[in-house]
Amino acid sequence: MRRKGSPWTGMATVLTKETIDHITSARMIVLELLIVITAIGAVFAAIGVMRTVTTEDPFLFLRLLTVAREPFPSFVSFLGFVVPIVAIALGFDAINAEYSRRTLSRILSQPIYRDALLVGKFLAALLTLSLTFVALWLLITGLGLITLGVPPSGEEVGRGLMFLLATIGYAGVWLAIAMMFSALFRAPATSAMASLALWLLFAVFWSIVAGLISQIGATPEDLVFGPTQQQVELEQWVTRLSPNTLYGEVTLAMLNPATRAFTMPTDAAVFDRIVLGQPLPFDQSVLLVWPQFTGLLAGVLILFTVVYLLFQRQEIRA
Amino acid sequence: MSDTAVIEAEALTKRYGRFTAVDRLDLAIRQGEVFGLLGPNGSGKTTTILMLLGLTEVTEGKVRVVGLDPTHDPLEVKRRVAYMPDTVGFYDGLSGRENLRYTARLAGIERDQVEARITEALTRLNLADVGDKRVGAYSRGMRQRLGLAEVLMKRPDVAILDEPTAGLDPQSTHALLDIILGLKHDGITVVLSSHLLNQVQRICDRVGLFNKGRLALEGTIPELVQRVLGSSVRLVVEAHGGQVAEALTRLPNTRIEMLAPNRWRLTADRDYREQVSTAIQRVGGQILALGIEEPSLDEVYTRYFEGERRAA
Repeated sequence: MRRKGSPWTGMATVLTKETIDHITSARMIVLELLIVITAIGAVFAAIGVMRTVTTEDPFLFLRLLTVAREPFPSFVSFLGFVVPIVAIALGFDAINAEYSRRTLSRILSQPIYRDALLVGKFLAALLTLSLTFVALWLLITGLGLITLGVPPSGEEVGRGLMFLLATIGYAGVWLAIAMMFSALFRAPATSAMASLALWLLFAVFWSIVAGLISQIGATPEDLVFGPTQQQVELEQWVTRLSPNTLYGEVTLAMLNPATRAFTMPTDAAVFDRIVLGQPLPFDQSVLLVWPQFTGLLAGVLILFTVVYLLFQRQEIRA
Repeated sequence: MSDTAVIEAEALTKRYGRFTAVDRLDLAIRQGEVFGLLGPNGSGKTTTILMLLGLTEVTEGKVRVVGLDPTHDPLEVKRRVAYMPDTVGFYDGLSGRENLRYTARLAGIERDQVEARITEALTRLNLADVGDKRVGAYSRGMRQRLGLAEVLMKRPDVAILDEPTAGLDPQSTHALLDIILGLKHDGITVVLSSHLLNQVQRICDRVGLFNKGRLALEGTIPELVQRVLGSSVRLVVEAHGGQVAEALTRLPNTRIEMLAPNRWRLTADRDYREQVSTAIQRVGGQILALGIEEPSLDEVYTRYFEGERRAA
């Protein structure tokens, strides 16, 4: 039987309320301060390094984001680390807190469908994250203009925008993961721990896990002659199950135009051509990471569908 | 009071796996009445309420609320029915007024009416001066009142209140019940679930007694009293001097219980007050009190479930 009325009734109201809640929450203000301070620090460190280099560089602006001064990470690697945490902070109690506050049945007894509440909450968190990242991106561009004294080229702006989009997609994946746990577990502390555990797994241990998996069935010869082509491909396939890898590869290709491939080709001739070649044009870089891009987007959609199904089936009584 | 039913359920059933929470329930609630849902915890009251609002799926059976099917058209049902859940919760970081503003928007109340309606509802529940305080600082009674303010603000056809007085002190309870009676005067049909029976007795026109997911008894309170306790009349006598006790035992067709020294309860098939008083005076006793004891819903309830236990 079809239900009457639009599933979007009340969505805008939920979106507005949740966004205001997020933006004014102490949680978000602390995180924003943390991000802005570290970002400025990373960029200034990069500027310090770049001043010592005298060679002409057509992608000066992008270096701002990728150059690191040891032991501090570059802005990009810092972002890859911190974006999941911010997304988790906004999503881990999205659903279960409505239960523990006992507001869920009251809200759902208003003339709205659950769809509106869930989509509104997800979009509100994503909007908050996007606002933060856009502000950050503009802030860094401004810093670059002042300190470097040259405007970014059109291609640099394009690459920067793609990077921004990928960051939002990456945040969306982690937001959906956090919301999934918030639908799965009743206690906000449990869902926060579960999200952080998964984040730790992907951020720190995933490469080890991928390495171990690829060595299943390895023969003694492999230890002598190195891994076979098959094993390398398996390892890469497993690594790419992690959103962190996908995001890392997108940023690498977008912000470092010289990136032509993500695997070392075994054929020496191909190796020369690929690695030592000229920077790729913008559209070729986009093509290179298109699978990673769609992968992130697909991740968001699949995870959100899981959250949706979990939430729709949940009884309203705690 | 008109006879049109605003809520009708027919063989309404809800199963959670193997457990049947509501079992072939038939229910009809009329326009403009205050209907009490009674019954022990876990007897299916809240589940029934959730099905009426389309908040949980109906396993079997039919249900119509304000002439609509809540599974098919939940939005229109929820637009015309207000619900106050048991232990109602609010967003603690927002003020009472902000909380109501959010639900008003969700309820689709016209933008230019929202503020006036909130003020009106808050004033009627004596929350006008705390409306701008954070709900986190509210007492339990204030939260319950804010819940009722939300119901009021929505100007519904039907108000469903789940345990509205749970956990309140007697004074707040009293005030809340008066407000609920006020809803009735506004022409709102009220459905109220509670296990505080004396309250239900005070404000309900009819009650339904839930037992194991079924509506075991339904009717006005005098009807239930008659059905469960029979048509007997009970007198309480307080007297002393002479052989009062013997005099009382000589009364025909009367059952006697001693409640305290010099205090008895007589159960008979009709009003024996005159006979009792002459009998006592004849043996030289002095009557201190003599009156009819009104049977309470409490007794109906206890007696009914005692009977159930014995039958089981």
